[in-house]
Amino acid sequence: MVKEVMTSNKAVAEAVRLAKPQVIPVYPITPQTTISEYLAQYVADEKIDAKYVKVESEHSAISAAVGASGAGVRVFTATSSQGLMLMHEILYAAAGMRTPFVLADANRAISAPLNIWNDQQDSIAQKDAGWLQIYVEDAQEALDTTLMAYKVSENPDILLPSMVCLDGFILTHTVEPVEIPDQEIVDEFLPPYVPEHAYLDPKDPMSIGNFADPEYYMEARHDMDVAMNNALDVIQKTCDEFAEKFGRKYGLVEGYKTDDAEIIYVAMGSLCSSIRVIVDELRAKGEKVGLLKIRSYRPFPVDAINEIVKDCSKIAVVDKNFAIGMGGALYGDMKLKIDKEIYGFITGLGGRDITPEALNEIYEITKNGPENDVTWIGLKEE
Amino acid sequence: MVDIPDKNLLAPGHRGCAGCGASIAVKLALNALGENTVAVSATGCLEVMTTPYPETAWEIPFIHVAFENSGAVASGVESALRIQGKDDVNVVAFGGDGGTVDIGLQSLSGAMERGHNMTYICYDNEAYMNTGIQRSGATPFGASTTTSPSGVASFGEDKPKKNMPMIMAAHGIPYVATASIAYPEDYVNKVKKAAETKGPAYIHLHQPCTTGWGFPSERTIEMGRLAVETGSWILYEIVDGKFEITYRPEERKPVKEYLAPQKRFRHLDDELIEKIQKYVDAECKELGL
Repeated sequence: MVKEVMTSNKAVAEAVRLAKPQVIPVYPITPQTTISEYLAQYVADEKIDAKYVKVESEHSAISAAVGASGAGVRVFTATSSQGLMLMHEILYAAAGMRTPFVLADANRAISAPLNIWNDQQDSIAQKDAGWLQIYVEDAQEALDTTLMAYKVSENPDILLPSMVCLDGFILTHTVEPVEIPDQEIVDEFLPPYVPEHAYLDPKDPMSIGNFADPEYYMEARHDMDVAMNNALDVIQKTCDEFAEKFGRKYGLVEGYKTDDAEIIYVAMGSLCSSIRVIVDELRAKGEKVGLLKIRSYRPFPVDAINEIVKDCSKIAVVDKNFAIGMGGALYGDMKLKIDKEIYGFITGLGGRDITPEALNEIYEITKNGPENDVTWIGLKEE
Repeated sequence: MVDIPDKNLLAPGHRGCAGCGASIAVKLALNALGENTVAVSATGCLEVMTTPYPETAWEIPFIHVAFENSGAVASGVESALRIQGKDDVNVVAFGGDGGTVDIGLQSLSGAMERGHNMTYICYDNEAYMNTGIQRSGATPFGASTTTSPSGVASFGEDKPKKNMPMIMAAHGIPYVATASIAYPEDYVNKVKKAAETKGPAYIHLHQPCTTGWGFPSERTIEMGRLAVETGSWILYEIVDGKFEITYRPEERKPVKEYLAPQKRFRHLDDELIEKIQKYVDAECKELGL
């Protein structure tokens, strides 16, 4: 085990090296680009024994990924923003065809207006594609989650692809100390991928990606729903096994000072680090406040959330995305599944800085009772 | 004579129309390629008629993902097979003209440029037949389709076919050929050559469609023959940049003989037929037929 200072993009690339995918079709896009660069170099330097497919678009990246996974190997790809939007159609196909590969998404706003900075609208727009989505808070979590994502996706009870979501620039271009696990221990944790459900082998021919008429389509989609629900348990077990092997603990969600909290912030990704600071400051002033970090957004961990929020009185959901006219996606899901007093806050779109003042404002509004269910925070005055 | 094996790797009983040219196209290609082959297909007639879950007509491994990405899917399949050391497995991708010359052009271009060791076969029936005869970039001048209909102010498709094989040749790939299902020996030979080629190979296969072109189902092969005998479709190959005609009709027939039996051209007057004849003459002259 070595410890190095690196960006989250480098941490993802290191995880990919350790996971030993055999095909890497990838197309560069800001702020994912350095992932594609690191991996190209690793292949060039034989640090990874993989085919690096220099595709001409994200659409072809994901298409080649499905083809390669279908042909029986472990696959990695990565993208961001417009690239993920271009992949949209094939994201659904990848999940429906049960190709269990991993994609890292460097979270970035989507056009228009064109914007390269961070929010989470891109991956949120893919929330119903049938992919597992895990949002990470720092570089270490980016590395660890990428490794765990393969193990979860490749589990025979799941066989759905995973998206590891890391905030653009805030994580992708910011350096932190990261522990890089030893290859032998990773190999024990993550053995080679040997598909039994779908593979292209002339010795045992099968057809993959058939069309299904009304007699069969619904069952195929329902199977995905069952698999997604299975993933709740598998993710937790995988996190437990990871903790045993590597000493770092993760779960579907994480509570911070929530035990006696009356008001709980709910957020995903790097924003959780900022909220922790605010929670500490408010606690110092005697406020009973905590943070619920959602790591697994898909599957949506209702029981794990309820376990943490069961005794609180109010919930403030902070979204870096929004569904026009409806509030943030995480807010919407919380309202749908969690029986609590819940308010939504939209902030940080297109890289707008989320200041301590903004987070304090969210707390104050929630405490005093908001005028509206959904409040935009950080908008400039007219 | 070439040896065309009997073994049918595209099983009968699929849902193709009587007289379907696409099934002939694939059956012959698989005869040439053999069992040690993985097939990729774009969405289209072929995929729909051969793989209605839980059935399949394919006796070899088959994958379909979407309409516009068979070049990219095949790239992924090829990469995965090679990294596993399966260098002897043929990778063949099939796309219709829509999935190839229109919506699939980008992903195909990328696949050809990257040099994957694979064969791409475009089965060109000159319109979107699976969805009911809408025009594509491969629809010929004068053909009436449901989105380029003839009418009071229209004679049908108003532009000639996109010259897809030459676009592929411009990629500098080692093997490009045109073929026709009506000339099976020539076609099978080309598929074999394509498979033996180290690197990407492209075959543009002319494939008459009884439903879309409007001729009786027993005349599929005859239509393919007439296309070639009139010079409306020219059989050639380009091996490492060297162009060669592979079949020369003894005497080129008037193009009218090819157009007349087809419903899609029935509205054409003599003036338009003459225009098509001139277009065909020019093309034949250019390619040295």
